[in-house]
This record gives sequence, structure tokens and C-alpha cells, in this order.
Amino acid sequence: MDINNYLYLSAILFTIGAVGVVVRRNAIVVFMCIELMLNAANLSLVTFSRINGTLDGQVVAFFTMVVAACEVVVGLAIIVTIYRSRRSASIDDASLLKR
Amino acid sequence: MNLANMNWLTLSMLLPLLGTAALAFIPKGNVLLTKQIALATTVLVAVVGILMTINFDFNTPGFQFVESRPWIPAFGINYALGVDGIALVLILMSVLLTPIVVIAGWNESEGGRWSAKTFYSLILVLETMMIGVFASTDVFLFYVFFEAMLVPVYFLIGGFGSGERAAAAVKFLLYSLFGGLLMLASIVGIFVMSTRYGNRTFDITTLAGLHTVITPMMENVLFLGFFIAFAIKAPLWPMHTWLPDAAKSATPGTSVLLLGVLDKVGTFGMIRYCLTLFPEASKTFTPLIITLAVISILYGAFLAIGAKDIKRLIAYTSISHFGFITMGIFAMTTQGLSGATLYMFNHGFSTAALFLVAGFMILRRKSSTISDFGGLQRVTPIMAWSFFIAGLSSLALPGLSSFVSEFLVLVGTFTRYPVAAVIATFGIVLAALYILIPVQRALHGPTTPGNENLPDLTLREKVAIAPVIAIIVALGFYPSPLLNIINPAATTVISQQGFTDPAPTNSEGK
Amino acid sequence: MVTNSGLVYLIALPLFGAVSLLLLGRRADKWGHLLATALSAGSFAVGLFQLSQMLGRDVESRPVTQKLFTWISVGSFNVDASLLLDQLSISFVLLITGVGTLIHIYSISYMAHDPDRRRFFAYLNLFIAAMLLLVLGDSYLNLYVGWEGVGLASYLLIGFWNQKAAYATASKKAFVMNRIGDMGLSFAIMIAFASLGTVSFSGVKEKAEFASEATMTALGIMLLIAAVGKSAQFPLQAWLGDAMAGPTPVSALIHAATMVTAGVYLIVRSNFVFDAAPNAQLLVAIIGAITLIFGALIGTAKDDIKKALAASTMSQIGYMILGAGLGPAGYAYAIMHLITHGFFKAGMFLGAGSVMHGMNDEVNMRKYGALRKFMPITFVTFGLGYLAIIGVPPFAGFYSKDMLIETALNAGGVKGILLGGTALLGAGITAFYMTRVMILTFTSPKRWDDNQRPHESPALMWIPMAILAVGSVISGYLLHQGKAFKHWLEPLFAKPGEHSELLPPIVVSGLALTMVAIGVAIAVVKYQLSEVDSVAPENVTEFTHFARRDLLQDEINEALFMRPGQAITSALVKIDQSVIDGAVRGIGQMAIGSGSSLRKSQTGFVRSYAALILVGAAALIAAIWVVTQ
Repeated sequence: MDINNYLYLSAILFTIGAVGVVVRRNAIVVFMCIELMLNAANLSLVTFSRINGTLDGQVVAFFTMVVAACEVVVGLAIIVTIYRSRRSASIDDASLLKR
Repeated sequence: MNLANMNWLTLSMLLPLLGTAALAFIPKGNVLLTKQIALATTVLVAVVGILMTINFDFNTPGFQFVESRPWIPAFGINYALGVDGIALVLILMSVLLTPIVVIAGWNESEGGRWSAKTFYSLILVLETMMIGVFASTDVFLFYVFFEAMLVPVYFLIGGFGSGERAAAAVKFLLYSLFGGLLMLASIVGIFVMSTRYGNRTFDITTLAGLHTVITPMMENVLFLGFFIAFAIKAPLWPMHTWLPDAAKSATPGTSVLLLGVLDKVGTFGMIRYCLTLFPEASKTFTPLIITLAVISILYGAFLAIGAKDIKRLIAYTSISHFGFITMGIFAMTTQGLSGATLYMFNHGFSTAALFLVAGFMILRRKSSTISDFGGLQRVTPIMAWSFFIAGLSSLALPGLSSFVSEFLVLVGTFTRYPVAAVIATFGIVLAALYILIPVQRALHGPTTPGNENLPDLTLREKVAIAPVIAIIVALGFYPSPLLNIINPAATTVISQQGFTDPAPTNSEGK
Repeated sequence: MVTNSGLVYLIALPLFGAVSLLLLGRRADKWGHLLATALSAGSFAVGLFQLSQMLGRDVESRPVTQKLFTWISVGSFNVDASLLLDQLSISFVLLITGVGTLIHIYSISYMAHDPDRRRFFAYLNLFIAAMLLLVLGDSYLNLYVGWEGVGLASYLLIGFWNQKAAYATASKKAFVMNRIGDMGLSFAIMIAFASLGTVSFSGVKEKAEFASEATMTALGIMLLIAAVGKSAQFPLQAWLGDAMAGPTPVSALIHAATMVTAGVYLIVRSNFVFDAAPNAQLLVAIIGAITLIFGALIGTAKDDIKKALAASTMSQIGYMILGAGLGPAGYAYAIMHLITHGFFKAGMFLGAGSVMHGMNDEVNMRKYGALRKFMPITFVTFGLGYLAIIGVPPFAGFYSKDMLIETALNAGGVKGILLGGTALLGAGITAFYMTRVMILTFTSPKRWDDNQRPHESPALMWIPMAILAVGSVISGYLLHQGKAFKHWLEPLFAKPGEHSELLPPIVVSGLALTMVAIGVAIAVVKYQLSEVDSVAPENVTEFTHFARRDLLQDEINEALFMRPGQAITSALVKIDQSVIDGAVRGIGQMAIGSGSSLRKSQTGFVRSYAALILVGAAALIAAIWVVTQ
């Protein structure tokens, strides 16, 4: 199989994730879309690692996974807190930062 | 111990810092001890300053008490100090004024945002920097002091002033930073140029030869960077509007240091850096600068006449006086330059007297509007006399110190730029008005209701004001000691410029 | 030149008095006036001693100098603080200290009830010291110190009662108008240094022959401006009338006998300048002629006795300036008139003070009348001064004024006739207004209220008046006897050129006396033989209105200088606030404005930020792609 297909898949996944972040209001969905983008990036990294025959990309992918895990923990905590105080998981409601 | 070879300059800069360190160990509540330590330190520094002046050999031109240690060798930056006659008198003025300010403003730290400890620490740190800025012979070191001085002053105005002190402090800071940045750009330029044409250095004596190798265009640009910074500091019209606001909002003592010492850094810098480093550019811009100076003289005088607030009035008179100083510097005659340097010294004391007495008056009346006073001569004769004598010095009455310097500036300018000198002389009529109008409103006439029971000067206030007035009178009759220190330095600067005093036009033969 | 270490005491004595009385404050209240008077008298004694020494030397070695210390020395600008006493300055020294001491004595009694008498005497001593420095300085810069010093003393004394707002204003006006004159002196010193390289009298005299006439003319005109300011000459005369706000002894000493004559001193001292600049010299004479008529005309309409005398002073100094403008022929007579005027005008001012003393400080002559009976001594002393000023022989003014008129007539050509004619006319007007003062005050019927109790002044006041009256009688004769005074001063001046006499001296005297007789006669008819109102009548000629308002001098000054000056000031204050500081604040506003408009793009919606990042990233990638292609 052409190794480029992994890259195409990665690009498609990333685009889906990006569009999801922009168009969806639900914080949980946005959050999942972000995860999708991260993992699309991971897929690219691993693919390039394979193409180049070095392990650098795979190492970075592991880093990304760890960071993503941390991010999930913090991010979900924030979302839950916002939901508690506002009874809503819509991210458009949380626009107070501009003040 | 060889007194002439001592590190006088480092010593005098170190002492205030030690004082600050001592203040750090004092409990916050002990305000009196704080003041006493601050006063003792400043008096000690003044004594060191006087000893230094005595040991200064005024027959040798060039820098004395020279010290030099590598600071940042990678950039050729040294901790290099040294004074010539011009710098010495300014240091002397600074160290004499500081204890007077501390005595006169004994209670100034009250009503501030922070404690007395902070106030006096700021004053002491400022004193170190004032000495350093005049004593540096390394351009970069000078720049560091020049900019660092803003910090204590910013906090002194913003934290301990009155009225719209925060706004005035920010205005002062932004103005000064703007000038400082232009100067920084010029300093980077100097560094690049000195690297390109020989050894990289910031040493003022070495750099004095730089103008022979760089292009005139480059010289002009570098000159302007320095000059604008100094013109803002001095301040020269039209870059003056920060001064009245800052002077009005600052405490009287801070105003004395601000107008008396800090602003002198501008005119001092013009001599030390603009003239010495960029002689050709100085010549190019002289007509413009003399014009600005003459405008400053008249403009400041007119605004002083129109001022309703006594502190703003004094600030405007200073703008007029700085016009005289700048004019004397760029007249490029020994009379003009010596006169300008002496003027800096004298202006320090006459403005100090005016500001301190104005401060005493404001403290009593709780107002700085001139029309709120009236008839003070009958109520508080000593205070009124002090203000009057300070005012006479400001209007350059012969017999008081300012006259000698103002006249030297005028004579020195007249021999080269007669038209400028003639126009500037009209300033002396305006000076009579801007001093006698507030004297009449505040001191003469019937006593304004509410002022009948104002107390006269206390002993502490008399102790503060008496030496200032004594210096004003003594130097009016006998300026020779200072002129002897200044003259060799001034002659050196003028001859470095390739100028000689104009010969009398009609002295021989028709 | 001979040096003499005693000169400094002339100045040091009164200066010590001024400083110690001011520093000691209230502690010296009890004896301050005595100390001041003694020191002034001491200075007079030193002066007499110096005179006797000077008389003992032959003509060439009469001037003596004393170098005190090096004052200012920068490059080629060297000025020593040194004193010069020659025939001219000793004349002034004796006048200043002599009349000054008499006025000190007078003031002891005159100011007895003033709580600030000590301060008054301190100022008087300060004035004496400054005035002596003025006439003793050996260079223009030393003279300048005294010049402004007397201005300061005059300011302090005019405003002695400055709790009254009008008096404070008068003192300020005097100082500022004097400063305009001082500016002329500054210019003169600058010109002297720039073109001759020296500012000392001897140096300028030495270099004068090398200098171009244009330089000397400029120098002369600047000196004239200085003289005009200090001596209240046209067009800087307006302050003198207001200066009468000061206590009357001050008017006698400063604004009649000494300070206001400093201008004459300056011009005569600078004779070498004016001799080398004929145009400037002519201008001096013209200014003198204008002022002598100007002052005389104002004098005719004034009802305030002090202001009438002030106008007369202005006019008499006009005579002196005119004399000084006539060159070597006139210098000595200008100084001679100055000295005789010092006697009779100081005497009359003291007389006026005596009248005010007896009349509850009333100054309006229309409220006087018939005081001859109540104040016989004042009447006699004032009368002798009066006879001297109008120039009745053999009183002092006759000799000095007659010689001035004669010299003016002999100046040659149209110039001589015009200047001499003006001087003659002035003599007539002088006779008129002085007779008017005399009649209104002493001989006309009484017009004062019944609550006035006119009385003669105490001996301490009338003795100085009597001494000055004696001077008014004999000084002219003594000085003119065998042209003694002219020969005394002659060595200092260039030799006068030969002039043909326009008219024989006896005819000139006859003409002058005729003018005087006419003036007296008109005044007698108008005031002695007809009723005088106790309030100034309003149905008078347009001219009288003008003269009462000082020929509109204040209105003109206000219109030409004060109001434009105020307009400039307020305009600049506005410009400073709006334009210059406005520009600075504008830059600040711009920063704030741009910040707040950019802020609008920050909506707070996370999704729009994300979209923006996406677009930005895409654009970046596209850009890189385009570039690398």
C-alpha cells in the first residue's frame, strides 16, 4: 500500500477536526475534535518517521500523547466547572474574556 | 593617604547606597531614625564632595580623579569615572542640594503612598545616580545612569506627590524614555561606528576622535539622537510640557532635585556629549539650537507671567533659564560656556530657594494658587524675605549669583551671535515681571482673609534656607572660586571645537 | 594712577548698616535709626576727608582708585571690583552722603510713629551704599551693580507701605520701567566688550579713538536708553509720578536729589563716547529738551503737591540731560545744575513732607492755603527753594540754569536756537507751576476743613530743611564763582570747541528773567488774585485734562505695551495648553485610540479565534508554498 495514503488520511482527519472545532458549539464535541486533530498530527509524525527511517517522529508522537492526556484532564475539568456554573456546555456562552 | 589619588567619586557614590542599606534594617515605624540616617548620609556625602573639590587641581585641564575598571569587556564597556571642572561643580551642586532638600522636606514623606523608608531610600539612590551621571566618562555607563535616574524620580513623583501625581509621573517617564530611546539608538550607532573604524570602546576621550572618520550624515544623525534626549531633559521649547506638570505634582524637595539637578543632566550632556563627540554636527545645528534657546527664554518668561500656580510659575521660569544656558553653550565662546556652567550651578540654588520657600508657603496655606496668598510680608516676614531674595536671584539682580552667569552668557553670545543676544536680553525685563507679579500678589497688598495667623518659618526651615541664600549672595559678589574651576575645562572644550573667542572688532586702527 | 585703600569705607559703612539692621530685625528697633544715620554721616565724613586729600594734590593726580578683588574673569573678559574716585565722583559722593544724611535726620522724626522705622532706615542705608557704588565703580559693569542696586532700593522704598495695593503696583512699575533702561545698559556693556574688548571707563576712553563712529553711536544710544529709564526721561518717564507713593523723605532723596540724576552721571561719565558720536549726542540733547517741556507741562496741572514736584524733577533733569547733550561745553553745567537741584528740590520735598506732616498727610494742594501763618519755617525754607528753582538771582538755580540756557543757545545754528528756545520756554513754565504750588500751599486763603490743625514740624525736621535752604541760596554762587566748578571738572573732559556767542550773556539772563517774570505773573493773576476751588474744576481746557492725566503717558504705555503684552501672555498660555501640550496628549490619545479599535476584533468567542488561527495557518502555509515554488 502506498505510504502516502496515511498522510492523506491524516490530512482528512485533521480537516474534520478543524472544521469541527470551528462549527460545533458543544464544548465536549469541540474537545473531541481537538483530540482528533492531535491524533491526525500523530499519524503524520509516525508516517514520516517510517518514511525517513528514524525514530524521532515516533518519540514526538509519544510526547504528544502525554501532552494530550494532560490537556484532557485540565480541559475536561474546566468544561465541567463551566457547565456547573452556567448550566450549559456551549462555548459561545463563555465569551466573558473579552471584557 | 594621598588625598588627590583617592577614589573620591566611587566613595561619594557608595555612601548613599550604604545609607540605603542601613535604612533597610530600621523598623518601619521608626520614622525619626530613618530621617536622621538619611540626613547624616547626605551630609557626609556633601562633606566628601567639598573635600573632593578642595583636592581638585584647577590648574590642570582634563579629567581628574580618574578610575577605570572593565565592566562588560565584550562590548568594550568600562566602569570609568572622572571629572573636569564642569562636571565637578555640578556634582558639588548635587551633593550640597540633597541634604538641604532632606532638611527642608523633613515631613514630605507623609501623605505618600509608601513609607518614609521608601522615600529616603529613593532619595539616596537618586543621589548616587546624580553623581554617577556627571562622573561617567564611559558613554554606556552614562546612559545607564541617565535612564536609571528616571526610576526613583518616577516613584518620588507618583508616590509622594500631590494632585494628579500619577498622571504627571507617567508623563515625565514617557517623555524621558522617548528621549532615552533615541539616545540609545545613537549609542548603538556609536558602538557600530567605533567597531568599524578601530577599537570598540565607549570611552569618551577616545570617541572624541570618532567624528573625523564617520560621514557627516552619520554624525548628524548620531548628534540628533543625543541632542533630542538632552533637549527633552533640559527642557528646551517645544519639548517642555512635562516639566510644569511634574513640578506641580512633585513634592517641593523632589522638584528641587528635578529642576535643580536632573534637568542639568540635559545641558551638561550637551557640553560633554554633543559638543565633544560631534563638533561638526554641533556647528551645523547651532543656528537652529540658538533659535530654540531664544524662543525658550521668551516663551518660558511669558508663560511664567501668565501662570496662576506658584509651582508652575517656577517651572516656567526654569524653562526660560535653561534657554539662557543652552544659548551660552552653543555660543561657542569661553564666556558663554563658562557662564552657562556657572548658570547651571546658580540656577540650582536660586530655584531651590524659590521652590523650598514656595513649599513652605503651600504647606501653610494648603494651596499653591498665587492669588490665595497676599500680604504675607506683614504676617511672615522671614518667609517673605526668603522668597523675595530667591526671586531677585531668579531675575538676575546684580550682586546675586545669577547675574554673573546670565551676564557672561549674554556677553559671550553677543560676541558671536549679536541678534540672539539682543532678543534674549528682553528676557530680563520679562524676568522682572514674572518675579515681581507673584511677589506683589503673594507678599504685598492687604493680608488676604484667612492668612492672618500663618506661622513664620520654623528653625528647621530657616536652617534649610539660610545656606542657600548665603551661597546665592556670596557667589554674586565673589564668583571667582567657581570660575577658576570652570574656566580651564571651558577653554578646553572651546578649543577642541576649533573655536577661538572673537577678537574685539574695533580695538585697533579704523 | 594713585591707589587709595580708604575708598571702600564710603560704601562699606552704609552697607553694614543696611545688612545689620535687616538681619537683626526687631531687636534693632530701638536704635536702628541712630546707627543708620551715624553710618551715613560717617560716610559723609570719609567723603570730606577724601575731598581734602584730593584738593591737596595737583590736577593730574587727583583721581584715585582702589582694587578690591577680581570679580569676573573669563577668557578676555576681566572685570575687577574696583573703585574710582575723581573730581566727578567726589561731587556725587558729597551730594549723596550729605543730602542723604540730612534726610536720615529728617526721617528720624518723620517716621517716628511708623512701626517699621528700622526697616525704612535699613533701606535708606542700602540705597546710599548702592548709589555710592554706582558713582564709584570704575567700569560699566561695576556701575551696573550700583545701577540695579539703587533700582532695588527704590523699589523697596516706593513700596514701603506696600500693604496698599496701589503702592505695591507703583513700586513694581518703577522697577520694570527701570529694567527697560537697564537693558540699554546691558546692551552698552555688550557692545563695549564685543567691539572694544573692555568695559572699564578708562579702557573704553582709550579705545574710543580707534572705534568706528557707528559703534560709538550704538554705544551712545544704548547708554542714553539706560539714562532715560533711570532718570525718568521721555519716553520712560511714567514711573516717576507713581513713585511718589513712597514716604516723602524717599521722594526727596531718591526721586529728586540723587537716584534719578544717575542718568546724567552716566552720560557725563561717558563723555568720551558721546564726543565720538555726534548723532547720539544730539539725540541726548533732544530727549532732554522734550522732557523738560513735558515735565513742566504736567507740572502745571497737578494738584497733588508731591506729583507737582515730581513733574518738576522730571523737567529739571531734562535740563541736565540737555546740558549733557551739548558736549564738553555743557557737561560741567549739567553737573552743577544737578548739585544745585539736589539742594533746592530735596529742600522742597522735605518742605512738602513737613506740610503733609502738619496736615494729616493731605497731599491735595487745593485743600491747603494760608499755611504761611501756621508753618513759618517751612514757608521760608520752601520759599528759598522756590526762588532757587525758578532762577531768581542770586539763588542757586539762577547760575546753573542760566549757564545751561546760554550754552544751549550757543550750540550753534538752528540746533542752538531750538534747544535754547526750549530751555527758555521751560524756564517760563517752571516759574508758572512753581508759583502756583507756592500760592496754593502758602499764600492763598485757607481751604482746609476745620478738623485740620496745621502746625510747624519739630526741629529734627526743620533743621535739615534749613540747611538745604541755605544750600539753595548760596551753592550756585559758590560753585560759579570764578567758574570754580567748571575748572574743577574740566580735566576730565575734552576741550570744548570754539563757539561764537549767539547773544551776549547779559541778554540771555535778561530773556530768562523775562520768561520767569511772565510765568510768575500769570500764576499770581490766576491763583492769588482769583478764587481757587477746593475741588479741581471740571470745566477746564482740553489741555488741562490731558496734563492732569500726565499727557496720557499711562494710556499710551498701556495701549502700546501692557495690553499687547497681556494678550501675548494669555495667547501663549492657551497655545501651550492646546497646541504644544495638545500635540503631546494627542500622541497619547492616538495610542489609546488605536488600542481600543483593535480591541474590537477580540470578540471573546473561542470558535472565532480558532477559525482565525486556522485561516492564519492556512495563509502561512500557502505563502510558504508560493515562495518555495
